[in-house]
Amino acid sequence: MSKKTDSNLYTVLFAIGMVLVVGALLAFTASSLRPTIDANKRIEKQQNILYAMGVNENDETSVEFVSKDKVADEFAKYIKKQLVIEGDKVSEDDKAYLIDVKKQKTRAKEGKTRKLPLFIGEKEGKTYYIAPIRGKGLWDAIWGFVAMDKNMVVQGVFFDHKGETPGLGANIKQRYFMDDFTGEDLMNGDAFKGIAVSKSNNDPKNEDKTDNEVDAIAGATITGDGVAAMIKSELGLYVPYFKTLK
Amino acid sequence: MGLLSKKDAALITDPLADNNPITIQVLGICSALAITAELQASIVMSISVLFVLGVGNVVISLMRNIIPSKIRIIVQLIVVATLVIIVDQVLKAFAYDLSKTLSVFIGLIITNCIIMGRFEAFALGNGPWKSFLDGIGNALGYAVILIIVGFFRELFGSGTLLGFKVLGDPIEKTGLYALGYENNGFMLLSPMALIVVGIIIWVQRTRNKALIED
Repeated sequence: MSKKTDSNLYTVLFAIGMVLVVGALLAFTASSLRPTIDANKRIEKQQNILYAMGVNENDETSVEFVSKDKVADEFAKYIKKQLVIEGDKVSEDDKAYLIDVKKQKTRAKEGKTRKLPLFIGEKEGKTYYIAPIRGKGLWDAIWGFVAMDKNMVVQGVFFDHKGETPGLGANIKQRYFMDDFTGEDLMNGDAFKGIAVSKSNNDPKNEDKTDNEVDAIAGATITGDGVAAMIKSELGLYVPYFKTLK
Repeated sequence: MGLLSKKDAALITDPLADNNPITIQVLGICSALAITAELQASIVMSISVLFVLGVGNVVISLMRNIIPSKIRIIVQLIVVATLVIIVDQVLKAFAYDLSKTLSVFIGLIITNCIIMGRFEAFALGNGPWKSFLDGIGNALGYAVILIIVGFFRELFGSGTLLGFKVLGDPIEKTGLYALGYENNGFMLLSPMALIVVGIIIWVQRTRNKALIED
């Protein structure tokens, strides 16, 4: 004897019902949580920008951001200007940190001009120019913020990733990797060179800061190459602006 | 009588050793290989699977009499995918930092064969309470192996445990490194996870001959 749940009509009706219930449930969850998730993302961006310029709560080895409740005040305190560079045009925009770098990269691919956000921060009398970067790791997107001085010498970085392998590529957000970038010169004389993430580095303690290279992470070659490529392609776009500062 | 009957307790204890989902049922191997390079990642993945398998088993068990058998696999997939998406969204809203660590694992849960395996083999034929216990038991069995593999891979691969340097500093050459020890980079690659799982299977079958198949 066949059960009533085996009939074709029941199966089709069940499938439709299930789709409706699951669809409604997911739509309700997504729409009701959307504002909270967006706020979290905004806070995270501000934390990342401040981290790159050295405003954080790190101890010796940890990666600690400014706490959530303080971040808006700290951001207003340290970030003095937010610029948008569009071709030769430079304008101020206090919402520049909300510019979606991914969308801007797509626009550039379509032949449209790309908006490049740049944040100017001041801390203890020193000026930091912080630029967002975005590229590809092994599995998915990687991104970050690089703080520079006006000669394009790196003052601090923050890297993050979407799905790199834990223990390998995911280590780009560890202190020992990020700290190596501080002090590296992005320029080689007058030419923009970027920073290579090098496997054949003879300088594991990263004492030579003018060689345009840092030590790679073992077992994470493609993610490391992705970091180097993203620094080169993204920060290269800012060179004309930095030349106007001299 | 205790909190659980003997039969119920076995649902939790069996998968820990003699019916372990990874070493005996050979399920969920892919994620055991993929994410065990760090102990923390192993723990986080174990907790995520514990939740999804526990709740998913109950949901499938409650629906077991109304699910049409022709589309039961699709229904199971929808249940696990829905649970995973909801967990992901709730974490993004209320535990954003945790969600960032978890995101890569949460996605992987959908493809975890243990979940579909337990839905199909147990929840479709048993009541919600038993299914819940079975889910928790199997997730714990999975967790035990993940944590053992993660422990050895992180210890020998990076010289750390949960991020703390336990063997000394490889660059400053302190601790064991001063004696000439080097981190074994091979431990961080997936093939080594397979070898560690193999060793666990070997040890387990040597201790309990009944597990050896003819």
